[in-house]
Amino acid sequence: MSIEIRKITPYLWEVTKKGDMLVPGRVYGDEETIQGLLKDAEERKGGGFTPAIQQVVNVASLPGIEKASIAMADIHPGYGFTIGGVGAFDLEEGVISVAGVGFDINCGVRVLKTPLKKKDIEGKKDELANQLFRSVPSGVGSTGDIRLSVNEINEVLRRGAEFVVEKGYGFPEDLEYTEENGKVSDADPENVSLKAKERQFKQVGTLGSGNHYLEVQWIEEIYDTEAAEAYGIHEGQVLVAIHCGSRALGHQIGTDYLKTLEAASRKYGIPIRERELVCAPIKSPEGRKYFTAVNCGVNCAFANRQAISHLTRKALGSVFGIPIEEIRLLYDVGHNTCKIESHNVEGTMKRLLIHRKGATRAFGPGREEVPEAYRPIGQPLLVGGTMGTASYILSGTEQGMEECFGSAVHGAGRALSRQAAKRRWRGERIIQELREKGIIIKSRSKPGVAEEAPGAYKDVDRVVEIMHRSGVNKKIARMKPLVCVKG
Amino acid sequence: MPYTYLEHLADVGIMSTGATLEEVFESGAEAMLNVMFDLDTIEYKSETPITCEAENIEMLFIEVLNEILSRQDIEGIAIKGLKRGKVEERDGIYHFRGAAGGEPFNEEKHSVKTEVKAATYAGLEYRVEKGQHILRCILDV
Repeated sequence: MSIEIRKITPYLWEVTKKGDMLVPGRVYGDEETIQGLLKDAEERKGGGFTPAIQQVVNVASLPGIEKASIAMADIHPGYGFTIGGVGAFDLEEGVISVAGVGFDINCGVRVLKTPLKKKDIEGKKDELANQLFRSVPSGVGSTGDIRLSVNEINEVLRRGAEFVVEKGYGFPEDLEYTEENGKVSDADPENVSLKAKERQFKQVGTLGSGNHYLEVQWIEEIYDTEAAEAYGIHEGQVLVAIHCGSRALGHQIGTDYLKTLEAASRKYGIPIRERELVCAPIKSPEGRKYFTAVNCGVNCAFANRQAISHLTRKALGSVFGIPIEEIRLLYDVGHNTCKIESHNVEGTMKRLLIHRKGATRAFGPGREEVPEAYRPIGQPLLVGGTMGTASYILSGTEQGMEECFGSAVHGAGRALSRQAAKRRWRGERIIQELREKGIIIKSRSKPGVAEEAPGAYKDVDRVVEIMHRSGVNKKIARMKPLVCVKG
Repeated sequence: MPYTYLEHLADVGIMSTGATLEEVFESGAEAMLNVMFDLDTIEYKSETPITCEAENIEMLFIEVLNEILSRQDIEGIAIKGLKRGKVEERDGIYHFRGAAGGEPFNEEKHSVKTEVKAATYAGLEYRVEKGQHILRCILDV
């Protein structure tokens, strides 16, 4: 089946519904994004891995999908779902898929606001980098100081960040400014294997590796002063962004349930269009078990970011002599999730299961899920760039609620493969070049730094601009990096 | 060891070959471990048993790779490779038995690269060509 795409607006495109598709596809992007997707699909015709645009079509063919199979402007090929993919499903007729969540369940970004200004840290960047590197375990094989028993792991899975705050790692206010208040209900640790729990015993409060990072940034530009005031941020202010997920526990839940859902796809006669795109009806026993296991992974990731926040606060407190309670949480959002949410479908509010794979929730103004202080503005979205470029704070909009179930981009999206990046750059050279620009990088892995080189990613400014101009996300602030601890 | 890396935008594709099933599994495991570590920095000092089963060869391959990842986390070890692997089919189920060898993880000694989150079904393929077994999959990193 050939894929047809037509322009709806300069920043929103529609993949025509045909063949097995139950709904059309919708892709946020400009001319260049779409041409890139079509070229990639053409090049892969002879075999190889499934192109992103085909993945949009495949998701549009899953039972119970509502409105459209949607992709954000950071679209690139994933497993089953594209990265940047959003799929909403009817709770009665619809399906739940491992591919719509990913292996790093509730991987996400949290941003801490500090009372510091850029000038306060200029002379202390190396000291800060070293302190953060010592305080927050990172990289392959890293383990944390926080060791948990099986009973405590089960508490983490049931209660997420709330449990960690109770243990003394943070403040009750942190929960108010975490998506879902840092804890989703309907999480059943009985549906998570012992192996998944065993893998997590030593990993709470660790950053992990790959594209995960802890970054000290400063606000270079504010685009919307009213929103910035509500979010409590201002130009020149130093922020800390933490990007990580549910670590090995999430990976193991994904691995375990891929098998369960593979068997379920056959049992319930759901065509398997791509091997990773296996799924189960939401209301089937298999689907239900997976959902309650995913919720455990979601809680684990909230707990992990909460524990890392505590370590970060202590590090900043010791270097700058500031009280740690002055380092407040701006917000915490996941970008590998599936959640039951209410959305307007043809004029009536309907509860749906929303998969967001490499896409962020982005609720607009007035939604009760958004913290009261931010409610008139909409939910803050935290979009990570790369080590040498920029990150953004955006907000959700009403148009986004109507068009794409209140969703947003999650990052720049890769432009070059890890292999190609390693052929092109050396980690040591990247670290040196960034130091010359005033950005300090700390990492246990030099090849890892090369893989994550700024040039290996798409231009985050362009990706954000597309979303802003489309009207579904709104630019609030742009940050530049000062210190980055890479996994 | 006969393996290559395949271009994949976000993650890492691996393709391993071997004259026997045991060889293709061992080279596939090395392909994955080489993404995580500089394997020259790990010594093969002690072993942990790896036993897996699945309904076909390619799913068994994914089982074995994921079992290696979980053993590393649970036992706190850095694994250098697989040895003495045996693949058998009994009553339509494929079984793998073998040993993964390495030593306790030591961040001073072991040069790390990138964490592998999971071996996935994406791009998963098993075929035999000119007497060579070939396995291919994508690792989520």
